[in-house]
Amino acid sequence: MNFDFSDEQQELRSQARRFLEKHCTPAKVNARLDGAPFDRTLWQAIADMGWMGTAIPEEYGGLGLSYIDLCVIAEELGRCVAPVPFSSSAYLATNAILQAADERQKTAWLPGLADGSVIGTFALSEGTAAPSAKTIGTTFDGKTLSGTKLPVIDADCADFAIVVARDSQGRIVLCRADLRQPAVAIEAVDSVDDSRGHAKVTFNRAPAELLAGQTGWSVIETLIDGAAVLVSFEQIGGAQRSLEMARDYSLQRRSFGRQIGSYQAIKHKLADMWIAIETARSNAYYGAWALQNGPAELPVAAAAARISACEAYWFASKENIQTHGGVGFTWEFDCHLYYRRAALLAVMLGSPRIWKDRLIQTLEQRNAA
Amino acid sequence: MDFSDTPEEAAFRAEVRAFLEANAEPKSETRTVYPVSYGSLDMLPLAREWQRKKAEAGLVGLSWPKQYGGRALPQIYQVIFDQEQSNYLVPHSVFDIGLGMCIPTMMTFATEEQKTRFVGPAVRGEEIWCQLFSEPAAGSDVAALQTRSVKDGDDWVINGQKIWTSGAHFSDWGVLVTRSDPSLPKHKGLTFFFLNMKSPGITIKPIRQISDSSNFNEVFFTDVRIPDAQRLGAVGDGWKVAVATLMNERLAVGESREPNFADLFRLCRQLELEDGPALRNALIRDKLADWYVQQQGMRFTRFRTMTALSRGQTPGPESSMLKIVNANKRQAIARFGSELLEMTGSLVDPGLSPLKAVMQQALLDAPGTRIGGGTEEILRTVIAERVLGMPAEIRVDKDIPFKDLAKQ
Repeated sequence: MNFDFSDEQQELRSQARRFLEKHCTPAKVNARLDGAPFDRTLWQAIADMGWMGTAIPEEYGGLGLSYIDLCVIAEELGRCVAPVPFSSSAYLATNAILQAADERQKTAWLPGLADGSVIGTFALSEGTAAPSAKTIGTTFDGKTLSGTKLPVIDADCADFAIVVARDSQGRIVLCRADLRQPAVAIEAVDSVDDSRGHAKVTFNRAPAELLAGQTGWSVIETLIDGAAVLVSFEQIGGAQRSLEMARDYSLQRRSFGRQIGSYQAIKHKLADMWIAIETARSNAYYGAWALQNGPAELPVAAAAARISACEAYWFASKENIQTHGGVGFTWEFDCHLYYRRAALLAVMLGSPRIWKDRLIQTLEQRNAA
Repeated sequence: MDFSDTPEEAAFRAEVRAFLEANAEPKSETRTVYPVSYGSLDMLPLAREWQRKKAEAGLVGLSWPKQYGGRALPQIYQVIFDQEQSNYLVPHSVFDIGLGMCIPTMMTFATEEQKTRFVGPAVRGEEIWCQLFSEPAAGSDVAALQTRSVKDGDDWVINGQKIWTSGAHFSDWGVLVTRSDPSLPKHKGLTFFFLNMKSPGITIKPIRQISDSSNFNEVFFTDVRIPDAQRLGAVGDGWKVAVATLMNERLAVGESREPNFADLFRLCRQLELEDGPALRNALIRDKLADWYVQQQGMRFTRFRTMTALSRGQTPGPESSMLKIVNANKRQAIARFGSELLEMTGSLVDPGLSPLKAVMQQALLDAPGTRIGGGTEEILRTVIAERVLGMPAEIRVDKDIPFKDLAKQ
């Protein structure tokens, strides 16, 4: 057994951190939040690093590395609150195609995702109901899609969406639809984290192609499980940075003649942040292993990773603001970037409430078996 | 990142499973706690017998050098053993302190002759060890201890009092830290010994706990003589030796104690609530999931520590987190589990409650878990200072001769 990243993966991490500290600064995140359009130069620079193709097999134009390597990159992207559609394109759209498309489709679609020249996203939610086999209302008649998805993250910059729909026999299917076509209406909507674009997307008998390999809700569940593990690393990266910001500020800020970091009220708060993050990290490591090597463990491991990462990021990002006091609540300080992203990622793949229920359900089934 | 066993680890796991199957009863839906409690004297022969069997099977001191009866295996093998053993009903170990803290300290600081004399009997469960550090006025601040040691010929003469000494009443040997020179600041002037707990001048008084059991004791020393040959480390170096002992304690943290997630899950599968089976209740599912995630988080954190060790890193204060999380989780589960039983949640009679009233009994025992082995307040300070690099607490007594502290 070995419960840590390899030396090569640690090297990948330092390389990723150096790159992102240079190219993905808080100023870029802030600019996007203030309404600047999607930063294609940044996306291209990331593409040039080969990151989108990390876990895509070489035969489809990827690097053929492992999901564990992709987890390393995810943590670094989370650490800098990267304002790019990486999770939509490299986790969700890419893995949907890897898992549910047929050979021809993979060969046609994956190379563009791997080199970053094409951006994909994933359209699942249709409103306040938790998405399930029962709630999907968007229909696919064999050729075209009809229905409304809300919200679709990164629809402002994505070229296509993998859309979850119901076919004429009532089965849950995945379809690929171009977003730049007349039968698709994309209406931008404001969100808690506008460093990632959000939209309401309406398909009016929009031509789309069925992913011909696999169908059914279980495909969606496996896809979301995998994404949950990867996103948990983004959450841990953001939570860790929040803790570091809180620590650095508490060492510099003085009250009553002392560094505020010398008071136990602050020291113990930061210790609790660290405990929450390390708990999440340990669960995420297990999730990473299950994603790469242990499909039978993935449902439980992904749920545990997601639940503890949501908790850790929420706690660390809100207590980072608290540790900063008044300035933490200003637009000028970067604390809010993390608080926003924590709030977005906490619901992006389903809320912790839904995941807790799924976790217990899986444990029940396992126990009954 | 690989959570699967290597072929060697898998072979060892199979060996442990075969041993447990042959020698112990697995936990079941209705029985999750060993029937004889820790405080009971009936438990002692059972615990000794279990230890002897493990030792005969070569399953004690897995990471120790071969010349002391160990197998020189990486620490992860102890994790594998603990994982497997946690599925069985086995006597509460009275040997953890000896094997986890005292004997490793002996291995670092005792003579070859002493190691040969003491390691074997401890491994086989023939001799039990205790640790005499805390005092009434030296709890979290253990370096404030006052028990005096005075050199007299080839002996040292000990006077004073220790407290919270787990198992002193049935221990054969103990490790002891004393103040040999009060004219020095508190962390200096300490000297460390091991001693026979049956020595003349030792009086042991059990302490009755909230849970009504008496696992630990007050230990009084009146002119107790210890040969200088039983000193561990140099005169005045007692703090260094004590810190080494406590470092070993960090490694000794095992699987989380009952009641844990599995116990509450079992209870919920048996319980029918006003609106149906307990497991169908959304609030209960939410709580169960939180505790599952915490439990797995701590389990994998321990794995990570073992990986760090196998790469030659020393265990850091990170394992303080295991204690904080596990102790709070245990208390919270005990409360939640008791309250799920409605008005019978107040009964501790094992015959009248599901799972032998493990929830209610643990409720009364749980406060101690948050205090013993370092309070969670001290542990948070340790994490903040050693892991996060926060400013150290102001220590007004650090450089003052110990004898002058009381005058302040």
